[in-house]
Amino acid sequence: MGHEYVPEIATSRDGKEYEVQGWQGDFYGGKLGFWLFMLTEVMMFGAMFLTLTYYFTLHHADFINASASLNRYLGGFNTVVLLISALTMGLGLLKMRSGDVKGAKLMIWATILLAIVFLGVKAVEWTAEYNHGVFLGLDALQSGNAHSKAFGEILFFGMYFTMTGLHGFHIIIGIGLMIWLIKRINANKVTPGHHILHWNIALYWDLVHLIWVFVFPYFYMIGAGDVTGGVTHGH
Amino acid sequence: MRLFMFTFFLVAVSTAMLMRLELFAPGAQFMDGDTFNQAFTLHGVIMIFLFIIPGIPAIFGNIVMPLMIGAKDVSFPRLNWFTFWLYIVGCIIALTSLFNFTGEGLDFNFADTGWTFYAPYSLNTGTNVITTLVAAFVLGMASILTGLNFLVTIHRLRAPGMDFFKMPLFVWGIYATAWIQLLATPVVGITLVLAILEKYFGIGIFDPAKGGDPVLFQHLFWIYSHPAVYLMILPAFGIMSEIIPVFSRREIFGYRTIALSSASIAGIGYIVWGHHLFTSGMSDIAKTIFSFLTFFVAIPTGIKFYDWIATMYKGKIILKSPMLWALGTIITFAIGGLTGVTIAMIGADIHLQDTYYSVAHFHYAILGGVVFLLFAGLHYWFPLVTGKMYNEGTAKIAFYLNFIGINLLWFPMFIAGYYGMPRRYFDYLPEFEIYHQISGVGAVVIFVGLTVMFLNLIAGWRNGEESGLNPWHATTLEWHCPTSPPPLENHSKVPYVDFKPYEYHHGEPVVKFDYETMKRID
Repeated sequence: MGHEYVPEIATSRDGKEYEVQGWQGDFYGGKLGFWLFMLTEVMMFGAMFLTLTYYFTLHHADFINASASLNRYLGGFNTVVLLISALTMGLGLLKMRSGDVKGAKLMIWATILLAIVFLGVKAVEWTAEYNHGVFLGLDALQSGNAHSKAFGEILFFGMYFTMTGLHGFHIIIGIGLMIWLIKRINANKVTPGHHILHWNIALYWDLVHLIWVFVFPYFYMIGAGDVTGGVTHGH
Repeated sequence: MRLFMFTFFLVAVSTAMLMRLELFAPGAQFMDGDTFNQAFTLHGVIMIFLFIIPGIPAIFGNIVMPLMIGAKDVSFPRLNWFTFWLYIVGCIIALTSLFNFTGEGLDFNFADTGWTFYAPYSLNTGTNVITTLVAAFVLGMASILTGLNFLVTIHRLRAPGMDFFKMPLFVWGIYATAWIQLLATPVVGITLVLAILEKYFGIGIFDPAKGGDPVLFQHLFWIYSHPAVYLMILPAFGIMSEIIPVFSRREIFGYRTIALSSASIAGIGYIVWGHHLFTSGMSDIAKTIFSFLTFFVAIPTGIKFYDWIATMYKGKIILKSPMLWALGTIITFAIGGLTGVTIAMIGADIHLQDTYYSVAHFHYAILGGVVFLLFAGLHYWFPLVTGKMYNEGTAKIAFYLNFIGINLLWFPMFIAGYYGMPRRYFDYLPEFEIYHQISGVGAVVIFVGLTVMFLNLIAGWRNGEESGLNPWHATTLEWHCPTSPPPLENHSKVPYVDFKPYEYHHGEPVVKFDYETMKRID
């Protein structure tokens, strides 16, 4: 992209020449576009956090009870995994910029591996919850039957599966993007001199781990006290 | 693209015609209540999501905006192509939701919730709400990516020398719109996803029977959908700001105030959504604040109107069809806008909420504002895009038919609404018959007007006269092209911009170019 592109020149009335910015090979344009895209992701998850916060105030005790039943060790482990993966992704970008293509590829593979570990742990968690009868569409999360949980707990788990599910979906997309990135590097389309794709995917990965940094405390940590959360309940 | 859009526009117009026909006399004639509910939902969904929101940005934003800033293309042409296909996919999903594939045979089973999909009804109804929601989500994605593309294009690809205050005002309109598309659409997107999950898994997020809060749905929905109203009108105002100076042969009055008012409408638009919820059970303090904030939108809008009128003062006004449409809009949108101020007041709104008054207000603003200006733009840029000219006389007749039609159609509804005719009813008390009948006649007039207009444009495209390079003596860059229609990569050479967009001297454009080198020769 943009290898044979020669920028055009515009001439003002006093004969000065100005380089015209074309859409081809516009590094800053590509970066700006992706930052804007990240902004839409923030708005999207922001709306969900807003919903979550609202129901947390409505069903305080239920949320804390539900949160207490989540496995904080697995969630915490996943947080660490994701933080390390953000590190490897960033190191990969640094290596790419300094010209070490091989090292960059290694770091991307490491990130992919960590992402798969994350998904594996997530699968274990979801399976355990499913076996406890807590999953979208199961009786415990429907109101009006013998197994129903309290309103707030239904909402908590509904949001939990929705948000961690959507986050997991972003992880899967990220893995796909990274594999694509490696193919582009192998095909010499992404090089130390032209690495906007790498840059943007690293940015994407940063956002994905950043969202998790908010998801984790909101779902796992609010019930970390005792079962009642150690607070007096408004409801 | 525009072909698709206008097809959908005509489908939606026809649905509206059917509803008007049903409402011509009290009682049920040929449509029962359920069908009527589906008809107004179909009308709303198509008009809002398939026509008005993508309409001006996708048609003129893509064709004219890069030309106006001297760019060869938008920043991400492939992304642009992708959003086009997203739009098509969204349309197909929306259309499939019309039909019920589960039952015996094929019958119509479109969502019957209205285009707002209010919970909890949308969660309980048996119609194809999920498919419609998915369609709206996909169309929203197309909208976000288009906005993103335009933002980067406007930031990165302006011709050398063109700073933000040398951009044509249509570009300002598109720019403000793009921010709304980018920041508001994801919120409604995720709201629709939550509604889908809710409907499918019964989480209870918006269902009071399960501990959820249906008003939360309204909040999340209008956080997007109120800015979306400005998303519809801002590019339309941009078109107005192009047409008024060109056909008055005068530099626009208050360029900066118009540009900045677009930005401030986009900003204020975010914080007024609560005025849709005055009767939904918000706290009184919240109502008062939202009502107060809503009035602020009228200020930048009023500034624009005064600027336009001041531009025409002592101008050399040329009443060609684009100008006629623009002038008509000043009247119809003023009616739409001012009646909006009355329902921004809580007391008046409690009385008028969900009546024909708000229906009339909305249609005066959107049909008499957005769609009229879309048509104005269509007539204005027609010679640029096709290189040909339509029949001016017929175009004027079409305008007058539409203008008379819209007033006949919607003005009686203000009165009917004031007397208490509720919206979305397929039947009514006998005392409202006269209003519905006048409306029915107006609908027919508008329908005829639209038909004349489209036929005229099609005829002009097929065998109109050559229009020449700059038939309107306009000043902005899109008219400074070596050929008409413009060559494949827009300008042959990019000019250096050291002039304001609307410079006239004694009724003639100041800036002239040598089209070979794109150097100024005036």
